[in-house]
Amino acid sequence: MSVHDQIEDARAQALSRVENAPDLDALVAIEPSLFGKKSTLGGLKRLMGQVDASERAAIGKALNAAQQAVREAFDSVRVTLAAEMRREQLETERMDLTEVPCAPNLGHLHLISQTTQRLEDVFVGMGFTVSEGPEAETDWYNFTALNLPSWHPARSMWDTLYLDLGSGEDVLLRTHTSPVQVRVMEQQRPPIYTVCPGRVFRRDTADASHLPAFHQIEGLVVDEGITFGDLAGTLDEFTAAYFGESIKSRLRPSFFPFTEPSAEFDITCTICEGAGCQTCARTGWIELGGCGVVHPNVLSNVGIDPECYSGFAFGFGIDRLALMRHGISDLRDMFTNDVRFLTQF
Amino acid sequence: MRVLLSWLREFAPVEGTPAEMGDQMSMLGMAVESLDVFDPMESIVVARVLDLKPHPDADRIQLVDVDPGDGEPLQICCGAFNMTVGDLVPLATIGTVMPNGMEIAKRKMRGETSNGMLCSAAEIGLGSDHEGIFILSGELEVGEPLMAQIGLAGDVLYDLEINPNRPDAMSVAGVARDLAAHQGVAFVMPDWSVEETSESIDDVADVVIHEPDLCGRFVARVLRNVDVGVSPMWMQMRLTLCGMRPISSVVDVSNYVMLELGTPNHTYDLDKVPNGHLGVRRAVEGEELITLDDSERTLRASDGVIVDNTDTAIGIAGVMGGASTEIGESTSNVLLEVAWWNERSIAESSTSLGLRSEASARFERGTDWDVNTRAVNRFCALLSDQGATVVSGIIDVRGNLRDTPVVDVRVPRVNAMLGTDLSADAIVALLEPIGFSCCVSDDVVTATVPTFRPDCEFEIDIIEEIARHHGYQAIAKTVPKSPDAGHLTSVQTARRELKATLAGAGFNEIVPSPFLSPDDVIRSGLDVDAVVEVRNPLAAEESIMRPSLLPGVLSVIAYNQSHRSGDLALFEMGHTFGVPLAGETLPDENTWLAVAVTGSDATAAKAGWDLVAASVGVETATLVNRDDLPGLHPTRAAEIELDGRTIGRVGEVDPGALEAWSISGRVAWLEVKVDDLLAARIESKPYRVVSTQPSSDIDLAFMVPDDTQASAIEATLVEAGGDDLASIRLFDVYRGEQVGDSARSVAWALRLQARDRTMTDADIAVVRQRCIDAVESTHPARLRD
Repeated sequence: MSVHDQIEDARAQALSRVENAPDLDALVAIEPSLFGKKSTLGGLKRLMGQVDASERAAIGKALNAAQQAVREAFDSVRVTLAAEMRREQLETERMDLTEVPCAPNLGHLHLISQTTQRLEDVFVGMGFTVSEGPEAETDWYNFTALNLPSWHPARSMWDTLYLDLGSGEDVLLRTHTSPVQVRVMEQQRPPIYTVCPGRVFRRDTADASHLPAFHQIEGLVVDEGITFGDLAGTLDEFTAAYFGESIKSRLRPSFFPFTEPSAEFDITCTICEGAGCQTCARTGWIELGGCGVVHPNVLSNVGIDPECYSGFAFGFGIDRLALMRHGISDLRDMFTNDVRFLTQF
Repeated sequence: MRVLLSWLREFAPVEGTPAEMGDQMSMLGMAVESLDVFDPMESIVVARVLDLKPHPDADRIQLVDVDPGDGEPLQICCGAFNMTVGDLVPLATIGTVMPNGMEIAKRKMRGETSNGMLCSAAEIGLGSDHEGIFILSGELEVGEPLMAQIGLAGDVLYDLEINPNRPDAMSVAGVARDLAAHQGVAFVMPDWSVEETSESIDDVADVVIHEPDLCGRFVARVLRNVDVGVSPMWMQMRLTLCGMRPISSVVDVSNYVMLELGTPNHTYDLDKVPNGHLGVRRAVEGEELITLDDSERTLRASDGVIVDNTDTAIGIAGVMGGASTEIGESTSNVLLEVAWWNERSIAESSTSLGLRSEASARFERGTDWDVNTRAVNRFCALLSDQGATVVSGIIDVRGNLRDTPVVDVRVPRVNAMLGTDLSADAIVALLEPIGFSCCVSDDVVTATVPTFRPDCEFEIDIIEEIARHHGYQAIAKTVPKSPDAGHLTSVQTARRELKATLAGAGFNEIVPSPFLSPDDVIRSGLDVDAVVEVRNPLAAEESIMRPSLLPGVLSVIAYNQSHRSGDLALFEMGHTFGVPLAGETLPDENTWLAVAVTGSDATAAKAGWDLVAASVGVETATLVNRDDLPGLHPTRAAEIELDGRTIGRVGEVDPGALEAWSISGRVAWLEVKVDDLLAARIESKPYRVVSTQPSSDIDLAFMVPDDTQASAIEATLVEAGGDDLASIRLFDVYRGEQVGDSARSVAWALRLQARDRTMTDADIAVVRQRCIDAVESTHPARLRD
């Protein structure tokens, strides 16, 4: 048998063993007998010294070609067998993911917190800080300092709950977060750009749109040269940022003792986007809150010279924004604290 | 305030579609709450009742023959019985579509034909009266459409919300003036002329003001030959639509003049006023009077009264008249009062007497004293039309009236406040049409405030008027730039993070009511004696400000358990209220965080606290077991101490409280005073270098009596371990036979690691022994073998 025949024979045999390996383990087991020095092709290599010099190159080439063919076959079969083995393994791991019990252990912030934070974030983005104060207040901070002396008939605009603390100054549950504004102005000189979110109180019987305790956010800007136009522009910017570009704001004359000129702050109805619907009584607008240029008496009351500084203030209900955003028709639902409500948002 | 367009047009030729004019009024600050356009309803005609016959087969229906205009009787079946032969009634003829959509057809009712329908006032949109058929009065033409004859065809009724600073807009004339100014059309206040008799008022009446601060002006007139009958239909209609019930000619005219000119007025039966003398003074404390509504009123010294010539009170000034001089059916001589009263006096009287009326609402806001003579003449003119005669002359007595304010309005100030660029002339052009007379010098507009704008006293008040008539929408919008970056404080951020941590760990945030009833407090095992009470609560459930978050959270748990909601993990962050601390005016108000887990024991609360402490970064707090914490489980509760201060409580809710709230299962409870907690947080923690040396773990178990806190042993271990102790973890507690009663075995895993070298076995043995010695020498504990 010529050397060439022997090479061809060894090659065919090796290829046959590779191709007939039943699994990856068997294949890996025969690897040394295919490529090592003790393999048939390895043995033939050792004979190279004995062949005629004129034939050595050709035989060497044939040997290398045979060895490479076996290596290629081996690698190819190994990939195939490995893939097959993985496939078999994976098949044993098959799962129906829809049979896995669903139990998200995620808690939820109350809608009031979510809405308040969203509002705070918008105003922080506009350069405001967030100020806070007590829920029980003196008559001075809640009314008198706000240009509402005790005899003022406009006090009847707020049904006030008073606390029974014995003698001394009247202490009440704040009817708005405006007393926080007064406290800020007492403690900080202008420029002031701040919002005051918080719980406020009215002597109201609970119904679908009233609760004796609810939530408000007010804003205050006091700086040199602040104008009514600044108020309108700021509310416009807030409206676009919070509700989206399609919602516009407008101001309508109104009355509050602590601002003058005073205005009601309307926005495009978020339901019909201005076309007119039941929610907005077909006007295309919904009333969001009150605002105005800070009354000079309020600035004087806290020792800010109204000839040097001017400002504006605004305020609106947080609860109502939450109701609007989620289509909740009864305010009381939000404060029953039923977990089936809480976990929806 | 309700106004009819036709009425406004008697003062100014305002134009526009009903909606356009509504928008204009809204944008002038008189918000339109509703707008109704009256359909001419030409197929509803005036008919005369000719005959009334019972229905042969029905008790509740009668047969009415009416004249629909052609003189031929037309039979109508009618379910009402309030009309008599000769009455004029509205007839909806065949084919009429009623405002409610019903179409009138010829039909048979129990065998009798009905050729139309007789209508109630409510059925045709003229008020709320649906009791019986609307009996019409006055000179009406039978067969002609009703709405046109009473002047309502195509008319528009606006319901306006009038702000407290717009007393002028509490009248038809005032609304017309504002709208006319906006539209640039002329507003004309008519001068109503009155034909007088030769008799002089000085011979029949006189008025003395004893209290000039209370009554600034008292104008009076006398009418004779007054027939206290029914007002003409058009007047009844206007009053009804504007919210006042027609009563009698005199009362109706009184109300009509009030609605039209904004000044309330009062009428006396002159024959019941001795000598026609009226005086004005303050009441004597405790003075009594029977008012028009037949109530006996006890007056206070601050109330104003009208007295007769015997100094007996016969009316409460500006609030309500007395019964003794009331106009009755037999009245024929009327003494008419149109006075100006001090706003604050009326506000105080109407509040203290609990008497609020259309009149007191107007006096409180401030009425126009200058319109008084016009108002008496308008009153007399309207009653003259009904046959009354007017005695010659007007009584006009003055008290103290405020000076008419003359206000300097600086043009640059106007523009600085509004962000406008208005000239002095432009400002004048805005102010004069609404009654301000102006003169300009340099940059100042000097404005004389009209008597109907008592709200305008200062420059800023006038600036608001300028803004209103310039138009809020016409002011360019600008956005001021804060010189500082907006931000939350670090405490605000920390509070948000704390809430987010709890939500992320599965706790749902709740917001219960801050109000409690005394019973809520007692049921929760808390002290009800030192709580802050609401002085004027609407309900007992809202009479106490919560001293703790516990009752509110328990109420939420009870609610959810009763709705089968399973186990709950809840938290709340909110204010509590305690009685004021010494020297303070305000309640001791604090922000607390409460965490509750139902169906779990105190370990869940401890885990909650560990979560909170880790979230905030508080490492040095300790727990001290306590058996006397109100509302909490006597043997499963601890106080949280931090830097020598108690900042919270952790454990379980008292089983007694749970029973009182009908809550089943245990409730793990944690409450922390948020400000104290956050004050202890470390904002910028210094880096502790991570050691690369090998570490070794040792376990130490001690037998510890039950009355020694595990935390005390752990503190000793930490101290003894010193720098070589990398971490410590309590991993096992064992109670049982092997350790006996009143004690348990507590095991800790200690990881030892030096910063700078590998610890040898000998090093480790030294530390281990140091730890054991320290524990055994400081506590009644011994190492468990």
